[in-house]
Amino acid sequence: MILLQHVGKRYPTGQEAIADVNLEIGEGEMAFLTGHSGAGKSTLLKLIAVIERPSRGQIVVAGQNLATVSNRRVPYFRRRMGIIFQDHHLLYDRTVGDNVALPLVIAGLRHHEINRRVRAALDKVGLLHKERALPITLSTGEQQRVGIARAVVNKPSILLADEPTGNLDPELSLEIMTLFDEFNRVGVTVLIASHDLELIRIMDKRVVPLYAGRLADDPNPTVPHR
Amino acid sequence: MRRPRRQATPRQPHRGSTPNREPAPRRRPTRTRAAGALDTWLLNHARALLFSLGKLYRNASSSAMTVAVIGIALALPSGLYVMLQNLHSVVGGLDQGVQISLFLKRSVDNDALHSLSLKLDTWPEITRTQAVTPAQGLAEFRKYSGFGNTLDALGSNPLPPVIVVYPKLQGGDSAQIGALQKRLQQLPEVDEARLDLAWVQRLYAIVDIAQRAVGVIGGMLGITVLLVVGNTIRLDILNRRREIEVAKLIGATDAFIRRPFLYGGFWLGLFGGILALLLVGMASALLAGPVQHLSALYASSFTLNGLDAVSSLRLLGLSVLLGLGGSWIAVGRHLRDIEPS
Repeated sequence: MILLQHVGKRYPTGQEAIADVNLEIGEGEMAFLTGHSGAGKSTLLKLIAVIERPSRGQIVVAGQNLATVSNRRVPYFRRRMGIIFQDHHLLYDRTVGDNVALPLVIAGLRHHEINRRVRAALDKVGLLHKERALPITLSTGEQQRVGIARAVVNKPSILLADEPTGNLDPELSLEIMTLFDEFNRVGVTVLIASHDLELIRIMDKRVVPLYAGRLADDPNPTVPHR
Repeated sequence: MRRPRRQATPRQPHRGSTPNREPAPRRRPTRTRAAGALDTWLLNHARALLFSLGKLYRNASSSAMTVAVIGIALALPSGLYVMLQNLHSVVGGLDQGVQISLFLKRSVDNDALHSLSLKLDTWPEITRTQAVTPAQGLAEFRKYSGFGNTLDALGSNPLPPVIVVYPKLQGGDSAQIGALQKRLQQLPEVDEARLDLAWVQRLYAIVDIAQRAVGVIGGMLGITVLLVVGNTIRLDILNRRREIEVAKLIGATDAFIRRPFLYGGFWLGLFGGILALLLVGMASALLAGPVQHLSALYASSFTLNGLDAVSSLRLLGLSVLLGLGGSWIAVGRHLRDIEPS
């Protein structure tokens, strides 16, 4: 589902965020991207979401070589994945329901269809009763769950999450991770950047450790699978 | 067994083989395609139109101020234009008023005066004539000038007999009128044939200048509107930077993001134009009374005209175009700079 071949990313400042990464995440797989801050976790996710373009190598996501995705087509590409951020990027001037509805509005869905899906997504994260609340009135964990609802409301086949539990206590973190696991169970490919090793251990999933822009301790570090 | 290799085992082992497809966030062909591209496009436009209107309403006070600036900026040249149109109709009336005054020799008596007047009436270049005997002239002068007492002191009537000749004008051809004046001058009864054309020409020149000035002022104020709208939309874009970033991250196209801002400019232009129309209408209404009074003093039936329907529509259209143009400039310049990072 996600395939990286000799991918490198050097920022214009000269900083080399990703040195040479070969990685394959299978369809329906769930994996954790770990490493210290600055190891390149976020950059890797950004490359997959085409927020950044790689300096070297190629990336194939859902059968599509990202080099062939023009900037004009990037929005349509992004609609096929859900992205979750550490600071959840909610818009505070609108209700929880409207926040979750945004991807559907962008996709141009009908009003009743939007309502239906928003409620389904909120129900899934256990926040249906907060549909009309403003995000500011929610706890951090709830806000993160709204962010997840927004990411999945469009029914993406890939979920990318950058430190989704960064601000949460262990209990809430586990709750969020369980949520990701549930999405994974119904076939969504999930890639989570996290440095919460304890949590990752509990989840018992594939771990992709990054160290200074390279895969560390990867049993099969160089040759990507075809 | 934590790394399913190649061709990705779609579901992971411990989950068993019966994935429970929940109704919630699981993929199904989206309705987007079923709805049709055109429908979606229209829907998106309608949403952006209403959304931008709602936004104006929510920021009522600042929107009102922007609209006021646009309205006043457009009302000024429009008002001047209205004044100019009215001036044109006044001056147009004067066109017909070009006349040659024939001051006859004192020896010409009233009978000769009238027969000469009738004779001139038959000339093809002359529309009509009007004979004024010395006595009539004196009466008129007494009536309009307010110097009646002074005239009494003179004892005798100093005024010569006069024939006022109204030439047939063909497009204000002054050469032709000049030739007519010369012919009249050569008549034996005529002492002097005076053509009062110069002041009409000067008036025309002044109106021309005024017209040009209104054009220049209008142009400058049009640019002002463009900049005001552009700046308003620019601030709006900067204020909503986060929202734009988020929208881009979850798959909004540039067109989708651009649309509400463009419609924002559209609304500002439309409301500004409507306000300008109201202001011009109010100003015309306020001036109508005094103008009527003045024209009555000149024994004229002139009435002040406001903007006609076509000009009003043109003003609205121009205003909307300026609004759209201003927001287009701002959107083009600033939206590109905002990229999620």
